[in-house]
Amino acid sequence: MSAGFLLKRLILAIPTLFGVAVIVFVLLRIVPGDPIAMMIGPGATPADIQQLRATYGLDKSIGHQFLLYVNDLAQGRFGTSISMRQDVMELILGRLPVTIELCVMAMLAAMGIGGAMAVTGAYYRGRWPEVGIDGLAGFILAIPDFLWALLFILFVVILSLSGLPISGRISHAISFDAVTNFYLLESLLRLRFNVLGSVLLHMVLPALSLALPLAAIISRVLKTSLNEAMTQDYVQLARVKGFTRFRIVAREALRNALVPTVTLTGVQFTFLVGGTVLVEKIFSYPGIGNMAIDAVINRDLPLIQGLVLTFAVLFIAINLAVDMSYALLNPRMRHG
Amino acid sequence: MAELAATRPVWRRATENWRIRVGGGFLFFLVAVALLAPLIAPHDPIDQDLLLQYLPPAWADKGEAAHIFGTDNLGRDILSRLIYGARIALIVAVCAALAAGLIGTTLGLLAGYIGGWVDQAISRLVEIWMAFPAVLLSIVLVAVMGTGLHSVIIAIAVIDWTRFCRVVRAETMAQKAQDYVASAVTIGLPRRRILVREILPNVMPLLLVLLTLEMGIAIIVEAILSYVGLSLSSEFPTWGSMIGAGRQYVNQAPWLMVAPIAMVIATVLALNALGDGLKDTLDPVMRK
Repeated sequence: MSAGFLLKRLILAIPTLFGVAVIVFVLLRIVPGDPIAMMIGPGATPADIQQLRATYGLDKSIGHQFLLYVNDLAQGRFGTSISMRQDVMELILGRLPVTIELCVMAMLAAMGIGGAMAVTGAYYRGRWPEVGIDGLAGFILAIPDFLWALLFILFVVILSLSGLPISGRISHAISFDAVTNFYLLESLLRLRFNVLGSVLLHMVLPALSLALPLAAIISRVLKTSLNEAMTQDYVQLARVKGFTRFRIVAREALRNALVPTVTLTGVQFTFLVGGTVLVEKIFSYPGIGNMAIDAVINRDLPLIQGLVLTFAVLFIAINLAVDMSYALLNPRMRHG
Repeated sequence: MAELAATRPVWRRATENWRIRVGGGFLFFLVAVALLAPLIAPHDPIDQDLLLQYLPPAWADKGEAAHIFGTDNLGRDILSRLIYGARIALIVAVCAALAAGLIGTTLGLLAGYIGGWVDQAISRLVEIWMAFPAVLLSIVLVAVMGTGLHSVIIAIAVIDWTRFCRVVRAETMAQKAQDYVASAVTIGLPRRRILVREILPNVMPLLLVLLTLEMGIAIIVEAILSYVGLSLSSEFPTWGSMIGAGRQYVNQAPWLMVAPIAMVIATVLALNALGDGLKDTLDPVMRK
């Protein structure tokens, strides 16, 4: 991959980020309610309110506020959360690992489920399992992660599957003096298997809710590429060599069919990350998505601002990574 | 046979498509239910009766025939709330999809036809928009504008116009390369006329499919906003707010969530089926 291509993509991301920042600012400064009056309670004097407005810079002109805002952002300062009275950046960085671990697990689940569906469909091409898998993928795709999450909760309650937790990140009975908020990684490294088990168990339903729609997309695209790859010469050669059909589909064809799937999965991964907003809320999972809804309900301006920007940065970074992996995987793009 | 099939009128082909029959049939039923709500709903959807809280569905133990799907945490009849909820779901679906379609199609036509800096500017705007988490943005937008039907519709339109814009832009570029556009330019038709009278009708089938699919998305977003408590005030029965209440009391009364979730899923599946069916029928390439 040429350095020029990389540089161009990086530079193009800057105006996008700036545009995002501008829109967030414009959006949030037309809030009708006064966030200060809301947080301070009925007993406050006008002087108290005035002082707090000054603290949060809300007493200055819109133009002035915008300059301060851009200046702060450029230095990575998101301000202080109104509802939690803590630095926004610290709050977000504290919760980010929770969401990252959840998203990575969901992604792995999506690839596993989608991959298995695609290989099965391609293996049984033209027969009833393929038709079934196509129908299943269509059905899964029609239902968004938010509804999957609620359906899973319903199943757990109705079938009384008390072993599958539907809220929180770790069992209250377990005390874990974590150094980082990457519980999964940390418990694995410190060989705390009871923690690992509890964290994984709490992840199952939220990760599955996020994973299913993506799994359906992966299954569709990968199956199409697999079926296409099955008509290529090297597959014919493998057949002549007497390899089993399963080996041909799962080894020979799969390797060559992966490029379009990787690209698409990357783009769809942003939707998965966006889905954490609701799925984390539904499962009371303590990541940044859950935090975002609370921030909106509390009208916590600096926190909302910080969270929307964090999501936007994540999305832009994922897209950049996808472009680059595409360039790496596809030789024709490498020298473009 | 294939040639014969192609010469039959579109509406006849449409009615022979099973997806259109099933999807369209369900939607027709839903529209009828929404229109006739005051006549067919067995109870007032906001009428509370605290003596009848958490009544299970009629077929379960302790269920009552007067409340087929049971009652919620405030003793309100679930079936009646579902029926009235269909009104709000359909209003939001139609208005939001049309509004998003209008914005997206206008910008997509302009970007695709004019090209140059106009295309650059619009494409860049789409790119910025796509960098936002859609669900979070819609929640923030409604929180900013205040709850209410109009806020929900505006929020969905403001977020989802990009879906139309990208597709219409690409299609307009493809149409622009066709001979009929070149002839229209040659005979000196004004640009606006070419866009509205020549290109738009050719983009229309695609637009119809997109609108159908967008209605499904709008219903989901409305349910999400209601679920978070940001759609309409609690006096209005919405499927999303019913789901939200159901989640809260899921351990006492799991059936609260079943009916509204089933309605949202059925409606979205019906709209998807209709959209796919229309795509099969209207798209000349797919038809073969």
